[in-house]
Amino acid sequence: MEVRVQNIRKEFSRFPALNDVSLDIRSGELIALLGPSGSGKTTLLRLIAGLESPTEGTVYFGNEDASRKTVQQRNIGFVFQHYALFRHMTVLDNVSFGLTIRPAGRRPAKAEIRKRALELLDLVQLSGLEKRYPAQLSGGQRQRVALARAMAVEPNVLLLDEPFGALDAQVRKELRRWLREIHDRTGHTTVFVTHDQDEALELADRVVVMSKGQIEQIGTPDEIYDTPNSPFVFGFIGQSNILPVRVENGQLCIEGRSIGVSALGEADGPAQLYFRPHDIELLDGPGGCIAGLVTVTRRVAGTRHVELAIDAVNSRVEIELPPEKVTSDHSRVAFRPTRWKLFRD
Amino acid sequence: MAHDGTTSGTGNTELVRVATSEHRLARYTLIGLALCFVALFLVLPLAAVFTEALRNGPGEFFVVLTDPETFSAIELTLLVAVIAVPLNLVFGIAAAWAIAKFEFKGKAFLTTLIDLPFSVSPVISGLVFVLLFGSHSLLGPWLQHHGIQILFAVPGIVLATVFVTFPFVARELIPLMQEQGTSDEEAALSLGASGWQTFWHVTLPNIKWGLLYGVLLCNARAMGEFGAVSVVSGHIRGLTNTMPLQVEILYNEYNFVAAFAVATLLALLALVTLVLKSLLEMKYSEQIAASRRH
Repeated sequence: MEVRVQNIRKEFSRFPALNDVSLDIRSGELIALLGPSGSGKTTLLRLIAGLESPTEGTVYFGNEDASRKTVQQRNIGFVFQHYALFRHMTVLDNVSFGLTIRPAGRRPAKAEIRKRALELLDLVQLSGLEKRYPAQLSGGQRQRVALARAMAVEPNVLLLDEPFGALDAQVRKELRRWLREIHDRTGHTTVFVTHDQDEALELADRVVVMSKGQIEQIGTPDEIYDTPNSPFVFGFIGQSNILPVRVENGQLCIEGRSIGVSALGEADGPAQLYFRPHDIELLDGPGGCIAGLVTVTRRVAGTRHVELAIDAVNSRVEIELPPEKVTSDHSRVAFRPTRWKLFRD
Repeated sequence: MAHDGTTSGTGNTELVRVATSEHRLARYTLIGLALCFVALFLVLPLAAVFTEALRNGPGEFFVVLTDPETFSAIELTLLVAVIAVPLNLVFGIAAAWAIAKFEFKGKAFLTTLIDLPFSVSPVISGLVFVLLFGSHSLLGPWLQHHGIQILFAVPGIVLATVFVTFPFVARELIPLMQEQGTSDEEAALSLGASGWQTFWHVTLPNIKWGLLYGVLLCNARAMGEFGAVSVVSGHIRGLTNTMPLQVEILYNEYNFVAAFAVATLLALLALVTLVLKSLLEMKYSEQIAASRRH
């Protein structure tokens, strides 16, 4: 089901947590809410769920105004960071819970509930563990039970609050891939909150980058990474370098000297140049480049990270080079960004 | 495990002392001191109560217990507990629920208020009711006019007991519920459960062990309360004397065997409470641990 959030504002005792947020979630989409802590991403998720109510604004489920509906009436599936499994119930009872507590008219027969729960446990690859208690499961298994439990009620939308936040790196990676598979197989509209950009970029169809209670950018992972529309997004997603430059006659200049990058159509004046460490080319020539002294080099897996001091503007940048390119400390390196973006204050 | 096996196998456990353990002499001294303390202050008085009660043989022990006044004291004590404990069970859960799961103004004040019965002397607690319902109080004449007897009667004793034992259940539950947070309840609600279903299927099972401790302690205190009850009861023999009051009266009359016989019942109650608690802990230790961790 498609979900629309319209001009939502939320205040917690006069402190604004969300400020005029609007978002269209398409049916069957897997969407990530990404942002640093305090950006309002979890609040937005809880507002969609109905666990919080907005100070202003509307939430639509399909064409229906869901704002006045309680969390029970919205029929959503919510997965919590710390699983929130019912610890005194077996795995099977946990998964069946949403169906067993239904009023007699809407409740499936006992055998049917059991069958559905077992099917879901099979889907989340936990067959055979239905008699265990949550305390007897690993973190990854618990979160899979939580997902099965949320899917048992056939929710309009699946909402996941930092679903892998409490798991260690290896398990997190596995579950990420697995969640994508489950989503592709079941087709639930899914919204998940994360502060881990790798997770958001790898998993989601679209990523919503949030900061300070506002949406900064909405786009596919490629759009977010390749064409960030604000300094915040550029800095928050991936590695980035910032250099103060001037635009003069459509050329980017540092200390009055062109760095060999043309910015046609940009007005003259000071600006901030943003570029990624790997979006550069090395040069030999003395002119038309940015030159710096090597201060530190680190070998990180398949690349060599080189930190350069750009004395002309008194700042530091980091560039990534192939590992076979050896640079000694204090040697001079000249380069030019191949893909970049200008932002002005 | 393998590491443990090798160290004990070579017999060099003495040489490599675990950092957190003390020298043998220090260990035995400390253990000995603790044992002496326990014997002197806990075991000895308990033993004294039982030996005094059984001094003239078990026959007389049972004779004094069937004395009509003593018997009515036992009845009254049970009646008071039967009323006060369920009331405080409900009040305690309600108060803990409100404090642990909701944010509201005056929460800190309410928390302090719940502790009030612990912090004031029970005698004062009793006097409060005398001031409220006594013949010279505001409510006194009205109560008298309508023929309602609160002081020096069962209602007063129940009120005083409820007041004094109020914190037990709430105190036990508040930290537990705060630690467990609200996400279990939110999960239940999001799955479509009503508020009542959430309480019944999720909250109550999560707190049942803490609740049971609270009730056991509350019950022990309800039956054993002396100070507050003494002030409001009026000590009418056969009518408003509870067991602790009866013990005092018998003792003051130099009827030691009877006094200690009633005291044994109270002591037995304490022992049964403790044994029950330990048994439950042993039997359900896994579940209890699971309900505390996440």
